[in-house]
This record gives sequence, structure tokens and C-alpha cells, in this order.
Amino acid sequence: MGLVLTEDQQMLKSSASDFVRNESPVSRVRHLRDSDDPVGYSPELWAKMAALGWPAILIPEDCGGLGMGYVEMACVLEECGRALVPEPLLSTVLLGANAILLGGSSEQKKTLLPPVAEGSRTMALAWQEKGARYDRTVSAARAEKSGSGWRLRGEKTLVLDGASADHIVVIARTAGADSDREGLSMFVVDRGAPGLSVVPQKTMHLRAAAVVRLSDVEVPVSALVGEQGNAAALLDDVLDRATVGLCAEMLGNMRTTFEMTLDYLKTRKQFGVVIGTFQALKHRAAKVFVELELSRSAVLGAATAIDQGAKDSRALVSVAKARCSDAAVLCGYEGIQMHGGIGMTDEHDIGLYVKRMRGNEMTFGDAAWHRDRFAAMQGF
Amino acid sequence: MGDIETFRQETRAWLEANCPASMRFGANAGGGNLADELAWGGRKETYANPETKLWLDRMASRGWTAPTWPKPYGGGGLSREEAKVLAEEMRRIRAKPPLIGFGLTMIGPLLLQSGNEEQKLRFLPEICRGEVRWCQGYSEPGAGSDLAGLQTRGVRDGDTWTINGQKVWTSYADKADWMFVLVRTEFEKPKHEGITFMLIDMDQPGVTVKPIKLISGYSPFCETFLEDARVDHENIVGGIGNGWTMAKALLGHERSMISEAFNESEERNELVAAARRYVGQENGGRIRDGALRDRISQLTMDKTCLELTLKRTKEAAKLGQQPGPESSIFKYYATELNKERTSLLVGILGPQALGWDGEGFEGAEIDATRSWLRARGNSIEGGTSEVQLNIIAKRVLGLPD
Repeated sequence: MGLVLTEDQQMLKSSASDFVRNESPVSRVRHLRDSDDPVGYSPELWAKMAALGWPAILIPEDCGGLGMGYVEMACVLEECGRALVPEPLLSTVLLGANAILLGGSSEQKKTLLPPVAEGSRTMALAWQEKGARYDRTVSAARAEKSGSGWRLRGEKTLVLDGASADHIVVIARTAGADSDREGLSMFVVDRGAPGLSVVPQKTMHLRAAAVVRLSDVEVPVSALVGEQGNAAALLDDVLDRATVGLCAEMLGNMRTTFEMTLDYLKTRKQFGVVIGTFQALKHRAAKVFVELELSRSAVLGAATAIDQGAKDSRALVSVAKARCSDAAVLCGYEGIQMHGGIGMTDEHDIGLYVKRMRGNEMTFGDAAWHRDRFAAMQGF
Repeated sequence: MGDIETFRQETRAWLEANCPASMRFGANAGGGNLADELAWGGRKETYANPETKLWLDRMASRGWTAPTWPKPYGGGGLSREEAKVLAEEMRRIRAKPPLIGFGLTMIGPLLLQSGNEEQKLRFLPEICRGEVRWCQGYSEPGAGSDLAGLQTRGVRDGDTWTINGQKVWTSYADKADWMFVLVRTEFEKPKHEGITFMLIDMDQPGVTVKPIKLISGYSPFCETFLEDARVDHENIVGGIGNGWTMAKALLGHERSMISEAFNESEERNELVAAARRYVGQENGGRIRDGALRDRISQLTMDKTCLELTLKRTKEAAKLGQQPGPESSIFKYYATELNKERTSLLVGILGPQALGWDGEGFEGAEIDATRSWLRARGNSIEGGTSEVQLNIIAKRVLGLPD
């Protein structure tokens, strides 16, 4: 069981759907883009989402959360993906807070997680470096012992919601060469720490991201998350979970794009008939639909596997990300092609979706990267 | 819970004691032709291996050739949960299915659903015991995927019908005892009406069968000629003029059978094993050719996605939800995937795939080549891929005609 939503999960999904439809038109993302908003989302709307319990979904009850699972999280994120909702669920909950939840001390959990669950604090995860492509082990950023704590130095890129986060979890190397799997460590750094600077980045896919620079940032011993030098496995776990969340968003991206396209096929007339009567287009639309359904199975399969602690969950995460990446790109490209010229204009929303989907494809590993990881896991 | 555990223990013990060694995969790995070792049953069946017949009889004695069918009809009367345990225990010892064929997968389920009591009692037990083999008389020359365009005519005379016409692509008609067939019985009505679903005894004058040789070198399909063939009125299923409803229900069974048939995990690592052997591997078993490794990985993932989708549909059905639109994708996707897989395998074999017979080629190599050719038909039979896509476009997506 687990591939079909329970009644409770369906209710959660439909309430998320209503909320997104009423509160978050796509025009909001457009407006944030055009106004160069440095935060990239609406703190007021984030507070409303917190009142609905969204940032609390994955956080255990003893840390002020709801203690639900990835299927529930996927329900909400899919609906958010339908309207390119920019609020920081992925960055705060699935990346930043998850690092603490999966690797932190009980002290760290007690202090950091409740404010995340109630929506009063946000978090981010700075793991990626320029030029490392999808390699998770590359870290030129380093941490060395300094007095009673650590001193961090280096630069991270594409830190989701990094410019607005209250706490940034940083991957820095405490031993080894730049691309060793061993020697990585995780630290939680407060936004106001001297030497920390965040510079917003403009991204093609309209996700708020930032370059995070660490110039001799001093943090106390208590900032170390998990074991010193052993953060690679923890980082994999965190990124896997975030990947499932991202896949759920991609499912939502695809659904809306596909609906837009279908709607166009049913209304746009050429040669005196609606273009949806043309078999060449029908078949292509049906193929996109098949991809969408397979993607949905893959996302639910991965989310369920994580919730159940299944031993093939990592493989299923790769299956989901590879499938959603390919399917989303296909869905976007076919969407533009079937829309014809209007699909190439900035005025039409489909371009926003195509850019978001392509950007999501290139986040946490693209399809080829995940196929490679899958083959390695399967031993071939 | 205790009951099911007891059932598992008993089943395991019985299977251990009763499943002959040669009816377990692996016992003769790399040896004999698998197809020869599977029983289809019927009056014309010959058994290359006597243990095939023994295994069939033993399983049939418990009703386990059709585990979930009711006992009065020759089935095992097992609950879904028990049937799952039986399947798991059979998998555990890699037992071959004791009986396969269209009786179990197609006409049987239809009779259970829509047959009358006499029909069920007459036909189902002999299906379960493997005494009668069935074939499907749907397609006709000139009709193809336009199934309702059929021309075979049936005329009633009292309690008997006289049938004239020609069927084509009748799988294994040359080995079958009975055929379920669509016949036009009312000629003035729209083409979807006026069709009747009948059961024809093949063993009578007026029924002639001619095998069709295929590009794979095999002849699983036949042309079937009906010249004044006779059908008793009691062998009409679902009533006169209801044939299209019966046909659609049966096509549902057929499509799920086809997609399940491509869902056997045995083949999962076949591509990997072949790639390592024919293309080469690095230390640690990594396939040497990165592009090939990527394709195998992709196909394996695609298959996982299909399996998850099948599982999702089954779970939904268990919860009483109507089969969702996702079920219409199975026939399309499973067969396209099988074409990909067999084609990739031939590519991996390289020159060793050039063999047709005899010297210099292994049986598995020749099989791979012929399976590739056979698979080309997967997206034609049972409704072409294009027909499936049309169904999705119309019924699911609501695109206009």
C-alpha cells in the first residue's frame, strides 16, 4: 500500500490546491521577477502556509511539528508546483531543517526545529560549489579549528533562498582534498555571523538563490552538525529527500503545463477546425500523458519508500528524478511547440513553466546523472 | 495472521514435495527451450517432458492452476491474500507456471464475469485441468484494429447457428480445441451493435486452420476459415447482440495479460549479463560502454515506473476505486518497452545476433534474435499503439474527433 492516497492525504492535497488557487496566481512570480525582489517570496503568504502547518509536516511532534511523511509533503509540494509557488518549503524544510533533523544533536533539534515548524524562522543548505556540476563531494570551502570553535572559509553557489534564510547549513571540508568523499563536515551558521555575506543570484528558472561567501566566519563547537568529517552520507540523505520534494513540484509543473496545452488544443482553430482533431498532435499529447502518469507513480513510489525506510529508497529516488526530469522537459517542449508562436512570448505563462522545469531538471542531478547513480547502485 | 502463516508453511511444504526439479527455473538453466516446458493443455497437447504433465496434474488437483477461481468451477477458492502467498512461494523455488493460455487469462475470466451457470460449470473446470485449449477469433482480414468492422456472419436456425467467414491472427488456432469468436448476427444495425459472442468447437467439419509463417520464423498465428460451422445456441455468451460489450470486457483481460506478461522480473538482469559478456566489463562489474550502460539503466528504470503504475492501479482497485485513466497506458507502454528491450539485446549481441539456426550460435542467441522480430508485433496485436494513443486522447484527454 501507499501508492494511492488515503482520505486524509486527499484532503490535505485538496486544501493545498484550494489555497494555491486562491492565494497564489502565477502572476505573483512574474511580479517578483520584474520588481527584482531580493527575498523572492511573500513573508505574509509564508505565515499563512505556516498556519496551515505546511512547514511542520515533516518535523516530529516532539519538535513542534506534525510528524507526517513524504507522501503528505509531496501532496502539498505538487500543488505548489502547479503555480510555481516561491515560498521556501523546499529550502527551509527539506534542505536546511532536514539536515538538522537527520544529523543534528538533540540540542540542535530542540532549538532549531520548532521555529521552523511554526514558520518564524527559515533555513537553507549551502552545499554546491561552482564548477562541481552535480558532484556532492566537492568542497573547496574549508573549516579549521579555531579557539573553542571553527573558522569557515569559502564560497557556495546556488543556495536556494540563501539570501533570506535565518540559518544556513554549510558544507565545509575539515580534511582531505577538494573532491574527497571523506572529510566533509556540516555547520549551521546564523545569518548575522560576521564574515558571512549572501548575494542574491538571478536564475533562469526564477528560484531565489544566492552566493554565500564565508570569510573567516567563526562558529562555536555547537555549530557542528553530525560527525566531523563524515557528512557525505548525511548530505546524500538530505538531498535525496529534497529530490523527492522537488519531483513532486515537477509533477505539479507538468500538470499545469499539460492542462494549458490541452486547453489550447481544444480551442485553437486552424484550417477551419480545432487543432486537437489532428492525430499527429493527439498522439503526442497522449504520450505526454503517459509520461505524466509514470512520473506520478515514480514520485509516490519514492516518497512511500522513504516513509517506510525501504532499502531500495535511494534507487527509487533516482528513478523518480530521472523520470520526472525527462518527462518535464518533454512536457515543456511539446507545450511550446503545440502552442506555436504564442508559446515563445514572455507574455504567455508557458515559458515560465518551461524554464522552471528545465531548472528543476538541473537541480540535485539531471536524468543522466541519476541513471549513472542507479546503475552503480544496481551493480552494473 | 496465524492462519495465513499456517497456509504459507503448508504451501511451502507441498510445493517442495510436489514440484518436479525440472519445473523449477535454474534447475536446467541455459538448457531446454522454456516454451517446450510450459503446458498449454488441450486435446492436441504433447509433452516434451513428462514432468510438465505431472506438475500440471498435481497443481490442478488442488485447483491451483486458477488459484482464485471458485472451487465448484475447478479453481482453488483461495482468497487474494492466500493467492499472493502461493505466488510468493512458487517464486521462492522459481516454479514454472503449471498451465498457461487463453483459457485461464481470457475466456475464463469473461465466463466468470458474464457466463451463465451452465456455461461456467461446463467450461471452467476443464480449463483448470488443462483439458481444453482455447484460441481467440476476433481479427478478420480487412478489419485489423477496426475490430467492429468484422464480416463473419451467423444465421440462426432453431437451436443452432450457422457461421460463415474468415478470421486471421488466431493465435495457436492449430493447437486449440475451442475458439471464442465475434460474429455479426444482425446486419442492418450500426457496426458496434449486432455482434454476438460465441464459443465454437474447432473439432467439426467447416473449421479449417492454416498457420501463417512470420518474419521470426515462427508460426504462432493462423488463418481460420469458417464454412457452415455450427454453434449451439447455448454457447452464446452475454446474449444476442451483446458481443461488443463482451469483446471490450475481454480486451481488458487481454491488455492486462499482455502487460503482466512483460512484467516478469526474470529478464531484469538479462541485459546486464549480456552486456558484460558481449561488450565487456571493468573491474567491479561496471559495463564498459558508458552509453550502453545509460540505456540499460534507463530501460530498467522505465520498467520500474511501469511496475509502480501497475501496482498503483491494483491498490486503487482493492480500495474499490474504478480503474483510473492510468490503466489505458499499460498495453501501449509495456509493448513499446518490450520492443526497446529486445532490440537493445540484439544490439548488445552484435554479430552473434546474426544466427538463424545451427552452427556457431547458441540457443539463447537465436532466441534473442527471434524474440526481437516477434516483438515488432507487440505494438500491432491487441490494438495497435496508435489505437491505444487514440483511446487515451479521446477517452482520457477529451480531445475531439
